[in-house]
Amino acid sequence: MDLPPLFHDWFAQRGWSVHPHQQAMLDRADAPALLLIAPTGGGKTLAGFLPTLAELADGGHAGLHTLYVSPLKALAADIKRNLGTPIEEMGLPIRVEDRTGDTSATAKKRQRADPPHILLTTPESLALLTSYEDAPRIFAGLQRIVVDEIHALAESKRGDQLMLALSRLQALCPDLRRVGLSATVEDPGAIARGLACHPDPCEILYADPGPAADISMLVTDERPPWAGGNARYSIPAVLEQVKQHKTTLIFHNTRAQAEIFFHNLWLANDTDLPIGIHHGSLDRDQRMKVEAAMVRGDLRAIVCTGSLDLGIDWGDVDLVIQIGAPKNVKRLIQRIGRANHRYNAPSKALLVPANRFEVVECVAALEAARENDLDGDPKGPGPRDVLCQHILIRACAGPFDADALYAEVRTVGAYADLTRAEFDDCLEFCATGGYALQAYDRWKRLLSRDGLWQLRDPRASRDIRMNIGTIQDTDTLKVRLKGAYKPLGEIEEGFAAQLTQGDTFLIGGEIVRYEGLREVSVEVTRRADKPPKIATFAGTKFATSTQLSQRILRMFQQDRWPELPAHTAEWLHLQREISHMPQADRILVESFPHDGRAHTCFYGFAGRNAQQTLGLLLTKRMEEEGLDPLGFVSTDYATLVWGLQPVPDPAPLFDEAAMRDGFADWLAGNAVMKRTFRASATIAGLIQRNLPQARKSGRQATFSSDILYDTLSKYDPDHLMLQITREEALRGLVDFGRIEELLTRTAGRVDHVTLTRPTPLAAPLLLEAGRIPVAGAGRERLMEETAARLMQDAGIADL
Amino acid sequence: MNAYDFTFCNQRLSALPSGALWWPARRLLCVSDLHLCKSDRVARRSGQMLPPYETAETLARLSADVARTDPATVVCLGDSFDDLNAALSISDKDAETIATLQAGRDWIWIVGNHDPGPVEFAGSHLGEYSALVLTFRHIAGAGPDISGHYHPKHGIPGAGAARPCFMFDESRLILPAYGAYTGGLHATDPVIARLFGPKPCAILTGRKAICVPVRPSGLRARSGRSRGNRP
Repeated sequence: MDLPPLFHDWFAQRGWSVHPHQQAMLDRADAPALLLIAPTGGGKTLAGFLPTLAELADGGHAGLHTLYVSPLKALAADIKRNLGTPIEEMGLPIRVEDRTGDTSATAKKRQRADPPHILLTTPESLALLTSYEDAPRIFAGLQRIVVDEIHALAESKRGDQLMLALSRLQALCPDLRRVGLSATVEDPGAIARGLACHPDPCEILYADPGPAADISMLVTDERPPWAGGNARYSIPAVLEQVKQHKTTLIFHNTRAQAEIFFHNLWLANDTDLPIGIHHGSLDRDQRMKVEAAMVRGDLRAIVCTGSLDLGIDWGDVDLVIQIGAPKNVKRLIQRIGRANHRYNAPSKALLVPANRFEVVECVAALEAARENDLDGDPKGPGPRDVLCQHILIRACAGPFDADALYAEVRTVGAYADLTRAEFDDCLEFCATGGYALQAYDRWKRLLSRDGLWQLRDPRASRDIRMNIGTIQDTDTLKVRLKGAYKPLGEIEEGFAAQLTQGDTFLIGGEIVRYEGLREVSVEVTRRADKPPKIATFAGTKFATSTQLSQRILRMFQQDRWPELPAHTAEWLHLQREISHMPQADRILVESFPHDGRAHTCFYGFAGRNAQQTLGLLLTKRMEEEGLDPLGFVSTDYATLVWGLQPVPDPAPLFDEAAMRDGFADWLAGNAVMKRTFRASATIAGLIQRNLPQARKSGRQATFSSDILYDTLSKYDPDHLMLQITREEALRGLVDFGRIEELLTRTAGRVDHVTLTRPTPLAAPLLLEAGRIPVAGAGRERLMEETAARLMQDAGIADL
Repeated sequence: MNAYDFTFCNQRLSALPSGALWWPARRLLCVSDLHLCKSDRVARRSGQMLPPYETAETLARLSADVARTDPATVVCLGDSFDDLNAALSISDKDAETIATLQAGRDWIWIVGNHDPGPVEFAGSHLGEYSALVLTFRHIAGAGPDISGHYHPKHGIPGAGAARPCFMFDESRLILPAYGAYTGGLHATDPVIARLFGPKPCAILTGRKAICVPVRPSGLRARSGRSRGNRP
């Protein structure tokens, strides 16, 4: 396809030329599926839209032509603004609108009646659109769908939901062409297979990756601390960098860390540099203010989290600082791409390790980045909780034929191998709950009438629509200044519950004082007179990737570490002298007394989540052995357990069969599993998160989903929701897959070192936050002692 | 047994770790807020299909307590059924379990706000029941009395999630909800706290019944209603 002359003139006027990859996209505009891999800022969004603009230039198309889907609402708004320029300047007869959770009800209604040519939306809003009975009319004439940042969507269930929605659209519009836009990834083929209508092929185009990035570790006079994640020591050096650059993005791995860092940065900011903060728990208006200030170039630095990972055009960012080890090389590269977005100059980035171990991690990540050794784990098959939701969404749109829906679902790459029996289980779950005990004959959600499945009570569609989506929001409460309407942001309910009047915490970089609960929001004032407690946010804690962990283990085998700063190299030498360096094919275990308790440190290098699970499994085994474990703490590389008895021989604890048996038992009673269950049960529609009026009902009426999990495990252990929960447990928060990998690579080779004091590598874990108590005999004993003491104190012990 | 023995109105009572109350002198077992057939009511009212096993689970727990104590009298302290319709929808198997439990004992159903009328089961249906100095009713009234209704729960700071609990002082005893699908209200919530004097105690259920004093702290209440911000 050639660009109409109008476009050439416009490009020429601006002194631009069409990039080769943009021309390639035009040449293949008719391909049924096409994936473009381009670095951040490579003009990939325009490349995605050029064919649409060209096809719409003559004004001959009526109705919707192109759907644009992105993971962020903000991105949709940003694209709308960016598309406005060429459309206006060329006078193209094209209407562009966005539709997200923020769009007004009136605008949404109008869009359904009279869709624009280009609709910019999110996976959730698109799924909602397909649930309407008039979906065939809304999507009539749809030609193209552009999925932006498809690499980000592909990592989560949002991508699965989107691809299921696409299968529906493809059935409504057989000529629909699919375009994916992706940042650099380790396996483009996997993304392409996910994008195409299975089994169609999908061609992959590569844009020029540009010059290699200029990445290094920030060297400071002060040494990084032994533990923790706030990198406070680096504040003066970071401020100095901000002064030397035009605009700096300061990325953090978690929201809480971003808040603390921002707070400390402000305290040290004696030249009053304009610095903002941006993360997902801040109120939308607050975030938009920061975004607008940034676009205007008013800010010199923005402290942020993953909420700025994706391609919003921020203008003149010339430095990216990553605080804390990047955990994952792929994400590091994508973040670095945020600098020098527009220019063909190398991106400049600095890594700031938050603690001593992260120095090693940062150096390993730098090496991997230089070698462009990207990491990632292959995705499993399409999750069935998302399929359940898809079936319910399909039912909202009207009666459907099960055979046709099954065929449609199998056109989605991730579900290509879904068996009919698996599909029928999901359908049965949606219809009757899928219980071994048939209890809901009268209250079925779906009925089969004349061979077509439909909602028994069409009013149920309201609840189903309100529950669309796969993003798990933890229960949060809005934070408002007393007397103000506008919220400052949100905090987790669990955190709010710990607060008493007068307590202070950080939100949006300011310290506020907790005054009380009002309706369902937290009331605060600015009368802060105490140092802040730290706001806890759900913000994902990433585990260090398998590839990066392996790289660190390889580094540990070197004789010397010239690439590491002296303080860190000395630390490792000392470890080697006193104990051993951990090895990839052996498990190192160190035992030592500390603070009156027996401590044992297990080096698994399996990533934070798997080490956490390992901690739960090991303490369970230790409980059985009568070692009275009291608690444990995990990092990406090790788990430290303390208890009343020392561990005489750790090798049997790692017995593979016992470990797997233990895992199966332990699944039944574990809190992380319960959280996993809750997430899947919510997606599949067993638990409703937005039940109308739910907020009004009293507390007594609501009970925890943990109870449902316990009951199902006991009475219906093969229920679909439990099958799904077990599948999920191999990845994500439980990450048992990496424990399997650990057991395989070490094959029972355990080295046990017994010492009289903590070792250099274990010592930082003693300072680590996030200690988890073990609910065992030891704990029960301590709890009784506490209760007895409280009764004694109250003078009622003899009651 | 992991029960907690205490004195209330000069009677020695035993709080079982399951949440049942045992009065050895009268061989009387009391349970509150069973909310049997809750999943049926939820399905009927909202279309949500919860795992339909809570009735079997609740009755299994009750059977275990009955087997262990062999009571002469069982008092169900109201909200035994999630509503009166639910009482009709109970499965034959669960109805049989109830009949078996009732055999050879006095069985007293106290009416609750969820089950305000008589149900289709044997036993006496009463608004309240008195024996010696103790009065049993669903919602706490002019004390001293033993009641349910509020589903109190409490936790020991630093020792994990809150558990359903008994709450008592010299003039009032409130039982935890015994049913499988029941939530709870914090013992410090003003709605519960105002029923007690300044020094109530909670007996936590779980593996072992554990007694702790409840410190009044209106501010820690998180009932989701506006009263939380008042001291």
